[in-house]
Amino acid sequence: MLALDRVSKTYPNGVQALARFSAEIRQGEIVAIIGGSGCGKSTLLRAIAGLDRASSGTVTLDNEAIASPHAKIGIIFQEPRLLPWLSVADNIGFGLADAPATERREKVARALERVGLAEKAQAWPRELSGGQAQRVAIARALVPQPEVLLLDEPFSALDAFTRRDLQDHLLDLWADTRPTLILVTHDVDEAVVLADRVLVMRPRPGRLFDQIEINLGRPRDRNSPLFENFKRSVLTSLDRSLDRSVPDRDATQGPGQAMWW
Amino acid sequence: MISDAPVLQQSSEPAEGAAAPSRLARYARPMLGVLLPLTVALGWEFLVWLGWSNGRLVPPPSRVFATITDLARSGELVRHIAATLWRVGLGFAFGVVAGTLLGAISGYWSLARRLLDPTVQALRAIPSLAWVPLFILWLGIFETSKIVLIAVGVFFPVYLGVMGAILIVDRKIVEVGRTFRLSGPAMIRRILLPAVLPAYVVSLRVGLGLGWMFVVAAELIGASEGLGYLLLDGQQLGKPAQILAAIVIFAILGKLTDWLIEIAAAPFLRWQDAFGRTKGA
Repeated sequence: MLALDRVSKTYPNGVQALARFSAEIRQGEIVAIIGGSGCGKSTLLRAIAGLDRASSGTVTLDNEAIASPHAKIGIIFQEPRLLPWLSVADNIGFGLADAPATERREKVARALERVGLAEKAQAWPRELSGGQAQRVAIARALVPQPEVLLLDEPFSALDAFTRRDLQDHLLDLWADTRPTLILVTHDVDEAVVLADRVLVMRPRPGRLFDQIEINLGRPRDRNSPLFENFKRSVLTSLDRSLDRSVPDRDATQGPGQAMWW
Repeated sequence: MISDAPVLQQSSEPAEGAAAPSRLARYARPMLGVLLPLTVALGWEFLVWLGWSNGRLVPPPSRVFATITDLARSGELVRHIAATLWRVGLGFAFGVVAGTLLGAISGYWSLARRLLDPTVQALRAIPSLAWVPLFILWLGIFETSKIVLIAVGVFFPVYLGVMGAILIVDRKIVEVGRTFRLSGPAMIRRILLPAVLPAYVVSLRVGLGLGWMFVVAAELIGASEGLGYLLLDGQQLGKPAQILAAIVIFAILGKLTDWLIEIAAAPFLRWQDAFGRTKGA
């Protein structure tokens, strides 16, 4: 289980990006974090990844505090961030440098097959389309079999068709080992398609505003009335989160936070 | 198959242009570069042949060529070239090793940069030839002082190139290394060095150019052999053809060694998605 306990982040310039964010995320759960710009969702993700340290509060994975990048936590960024001097296959195998060569080769071959890029194994990253490059990034993050996979607006730079395709693809890959997925997005559709639970954040300072369970079976039909209903409730919550006259909901505050005011 | 070294093989390149360039075009393009010097040389030859100039101070190409063949036949030329190449090679090697090491340390480790870089930059501001009297006092007039002078010339562009390139490596790529928990040395080997390689090659070429510059300075100051000595000898004995011969050989050797660096590096830079490579190799 991934536990976030009153995670706060204040940048050196005094901007408070994140204020006392608490949440508990079950192993294998898919959580989408959504919110207006500047609500600290990327800051939160970077704290979970161990790339930045929280100013206060703790991130713990299975009772282990996370302060620096951890083997069980993988991350996919908004850009593919492939290493341009490595072939596609070597990019995917980047996290397996310590594994024996044969094992590494097998895992990379399987991952290439799984993301449908087997024939691109020896291509350079510059020869890939945006969608292909992001699939390589997904494969690279999944190959070391992380328990938690963080995704920072991973499909926002892609066109609508490619995005939809990759969302389905991601669920398909997720089903293999069922890691915890934490997805930062600003796309309501994407949140409802993928997530078991949507956390809505509100900005200045970034904090948790609301959470919505998406009780829909998979695969989800994007055109069903139920899907539309969930979309509408997420949108409503998102709208309210940006409305300054709406007070924070105390129900969503974590334990130990209920009485802070 | 899987390794950290840049991969050499490459899958099908996106087809550039419809038809393959004709054989004529393939050989004609490099020849374009020869056109200008050849025209000038032939033009001068022609003018001297017409008698419009006696060509005493500026000897025509045929006379320069004759000087080169004379020197070659007597075995003099090989001796001078070997001496100069040896000095440049050794000075370049020392300069590159020192420049790369210190540049990498300063680039990667900010404390080292704060300690080291101001001093190095101050030393860089000294015209390197100003060291000559001191080097001669310290190291004598023979090989050591010459090689050290060349190494100093090579050191600065390499140091600056490596450090500067490391400092501007994309943070996003470094972060990929961090998420895979690379140690310091692994970060340098697997992320930083490949990322700076294109800039490194450029700094090596600049360094080599300075190496050739400084070998002339070193040999003009006091040498009994070497191409720089040929220059000086030509001046003192009034043999402009010999000076021009040495200059032509400098040009050829400089271009040749520069080209060697370029082709040695090319296989490691095939991954680049850069403006230059779209123009066809």
